[in-house]
Amino acid sequence: MVRVASETLNSRVPEGPVDEIWDKHRFNMKLVNPANKRKFTVIVVGTGLAGGAAAASLGELGYNVKSFCFQDSPRRAHSIAAQGGINAAKNYPNDGDSVWRLFYDTVKGGDYRAREANVYRLAQISNNIIDQCAAQGVPFAREYGGTLANRSFGGAQVSRTFYCRGQTGQQLLLGAYQAMMRQVHLGKVKMFARREMLELIKVDGVVRGIVVRNLTTGKLETHTADAVVLCTGGYGNVYYLSTNAKGSNVTAAWRCHKQGAYFANPCYTQIHPTCIPVSGDYQSKLTLMSESLRNDGRVWVPKDADDARKPQDIPEEDRDYYLERRYPSFGNLVPRDVASRAAKERCDSGFGVSDTGLAVYLDFRDAINRDGEDTIRKKYGNLFHMYQKITAENPYQVPMKIFPAVHYTMGGLWVDYHLMSNLPGLFVLGEANFSDHGANRLGASALMQGLSDGYFVIPYTIGDHLATTNLPKVPEDHPACLEAVQAAQLRINQLLAVNGSRTVDSFHRELGLIMWDHCGMARTKTGLETAIGQIRDLRDQFWNEVRVLGSGGTLNQSLEKAGRVADFLEFGELMCVDALHREESCGGHFREEHQTADGEAQRNDANFSYVAAWENHGVGEEPTLHKEPLSFPNVPPTTRSYK
Amino acid sequence: MSKETLNLTLQIWRQESSTADGAFRDYKLNGVSTHMSFLEMLDVLNEQMIEAGEEPVAFDHDCREGICGMCSLMINGQAHGPDNATTTCQLHMRRFNDGDTIVIEPWRASAFPVVRDLVVDRSAFDRIIAAGGYVSVNTGNAPDGNAIPVPGTTQEIAMDAAACIGCGACVAACKNASAMLFVSAKVSQLAVLPQGKAERNERVLNMVAEMDKEGFGHCTNTSECEAACPAEVSVSNIARLNREYVRASLFSGG
Repeated sequence: MVRVASETLNSRVPEGPVDEIWDKHRFNMKLVNPANKRKFTVIVVGTGLAGGAAAASLGELGYNVKSFCFQDSPRRAHSIAAQGGINAAKNYPNDGDSVWRLFYDTVKGGDYRAREANVYRLAQISNNIIDQCAAQGVPFAREYGGTLANRSFGGAQVSRTFYCRGQTGQQLLLGAYQAMMRQVHLGKVKMFARREMLELIKVDGVVRGIVVRNLTTGKLETHTADAVVLCTGGYGNVYYLSTNAKGSNVTAAWRCHKQGAYFANPCYTQIHPTCIPVSGDYQSKLTLMSESLRNDGRVWVPKDADDARKPQDIPEEDRDYYLERRYPSFGNLVPRDVASRAAKERCDSGFGVSDTGLAVYLDFRDAINRDGEDTIRKKYGNLFHMYQKITAENPYQVPMKIFPAVHYTMGGLWVDYHLMSNLPGLFVLGEANFSDHGANRLGASALMQGLSDGYFVIPYTIGDHLATTNLPKVPEDHPACLEAVQAAQLRINQLLAVNGSRTVDSFHRELGLIMWDHCGMARTKTGLETAIGQIRDLRDQFWNEVRVLGSGGTLNQSLEKAGRVADFLEFGELMCVDALHREESCGGHFREEHQTADGEAQRNDANFSYVAAWENHGVGEEPTLHKEPLSFPNVPPTTRSYK
Repeated sequence: MSKETLNLTLQIWRQESSTADGAFRDYKLNGVSTHMSFLEMLDVLNEQMIEAGEEPVAFDHDCREGICGMCSLMINGQAHGPDNATTTCQLHMRRFNDGDTIVIEPWRASAFPVVRDLVVDRSAFDRIIAAGGYVSVNTGNAPDGNAIPVPGTTQEIAMDAAACIGCGACVAACKNASAMLFVSAKVSQLAVLPQGKAERNERVLNMVAEMDKEGFGHCTNTSECEAACPAEVSVSNIARLNREYVRASLFSGG
């Protein structure tokens, strides 16, 4: 039923022992002579951890970099909202960590659906990242003696997470942003803020530029280059409600997909267990409470589903600490997918709390009694403050109410070991690619991957492409450029011309509900088939009934949103197609048909140990599945157990 | 206890473009849930306006959890509204009363020109950072993270300053539209940390020069900036900025 390409994808992973190949490969890749680097221009789209780090590092090397973001400043990219921390295999606490253990935990945490070689490289590089960021002046938490502090995070039994209070993402992002602004000052990076990428430019099959819309003036701009590096984040906003920033979108990646780049594993989405529950129909986003809270908070629901007492009045013996009960060895620190499904299970069984029944308690009573309120405030003060602001409840006195929410997307554009897509010259970094987290990402690994890709991988692999590819100059009036501009303009005109009666947001909310109900925490064959039909209908309605006021020639936020939602309406279908074809449960992808007797995910390694990379053939057309087989010679797959 | 829903009058600054004249317009909005955030209230207004065929109000926002620094509204004359240590996106409608009139304006500063409605151009902040708000260390150049110990107390001072979200509320709140709090936060963070010491003189001189060039005013010494700051950045950083500036002027070896 699914059209499958006969040839498998070539990941370009070099031969050899996994712990040696990156070193050897760095030697084998071609270099660009220092004096020649200034002859090349590289476009970096997005200024989050991956994009900021890439633009800074490539500028330092001597390349001419053009950097783009849709926000008013590159410092706003959504990496800034990451709270908890960043992993590294430093083993400073002397508790048994190593590069190999970080590698092992990440492959296992990803439920054996990531590419081993990439994960090993990530674990190796993790230590360089901490050094680099500390040298930039990132104010990591320190012990009193001045050395770097660590805390533990889900999915690991060692303490390897570095952090800056509850604002780690902010501090790491500002480090990368500042490094990039230094290159702006030195003239090596040219910054284009308030620009949205709308089209990819290919010349003779090689990616050579982008078309962006200047969001202030509405003008379409053509930018040509010798390579394009896409660092545009994830697609969690396909659900409308997620922990993503409002502007986060799939458009840049989807435009590349429509130009031939394969989209890999779109069904792998991460539902984060600790978010503030939904409070009403007007809700515009969901707010995460960092996973680090599970170090000291205990998750529970009442043992009696009808227990109407206030949480602080419910005695110990009437509480069900269900994570500690089900997973005694990891307890409250099980990986995110496991914790989320366990919360859903309790709520589905009628034990949920709050008016909606869609919440569980995260309780700090015992930690406060043990360590004192001051200690807890020091560790999590800003998170408690944020919680109180949103809910008007004081978590020092009553337990937090939490519920899972869409947080991160492991799928993304397919890339090889060089982080290059199947389109030569298009590189994809950070959350926008698929490669390192498999079917589930462990906490504190996203920051690690973004910075690894940007600081320490792309500076090497892009040189190999530039040194080995024939790259004649592409003038801005090249037919390929004109065609791309025309396509972008046509789409804008179409959106403005519908002139229907429904707002863009109303479509987005409706799409989000379809995705959450049928392609969220649990999925079924019939549900996914229903969703695909509903998405197609909704897409037709959108193009007949959407109302976008104003013109294309000014700042027009409705038009921006309309373009993004139009792409989500195409992308959502692909997610469901991918989820439908993957007849197994793994990581964040849980098919109800495939579970063990006690409700745990059941993988099917015999048939699904591969990356599913989809090739687009047009809207509504059946995509072609390209497979990249996965093998695990170093971390043999077992059933993931956190019991 | 406030009522569960509010009926409000909103006076909102509307301006088509940076060159057009702007004016306040009145909008009635009924049935606003007290659980909504301020921006969700504006979302509801915009949905109603689109349905009525009127172009919605443009405003900047992104993360909606108080960290990206993109939201930027003067609410009843206060930057980010009435709550302490709170961005506009985290302000909730339970803070308002039924029947209230709420005045909503963009940041007011000549260095932050209006782009449209409530959206302003804060790129001046990026140029100030580009002038020196960093440690000049290329990728790959770093010693081991533990090679340079940073005492816990120093790290705390640096982190308090580094918490700045770059929103510009300090400028909007200041009657001189001074950017001293913003500049001092970055100067302080990097001046107290050993990693930033090597460039401490050039950094403060260059950042202050760029700040002046962008058209920000002088410090009023009235601490309005600190009161408005959603990240609770302290004016003691301005004192440190002044010390750093004097020190650099005297000892930079010109």
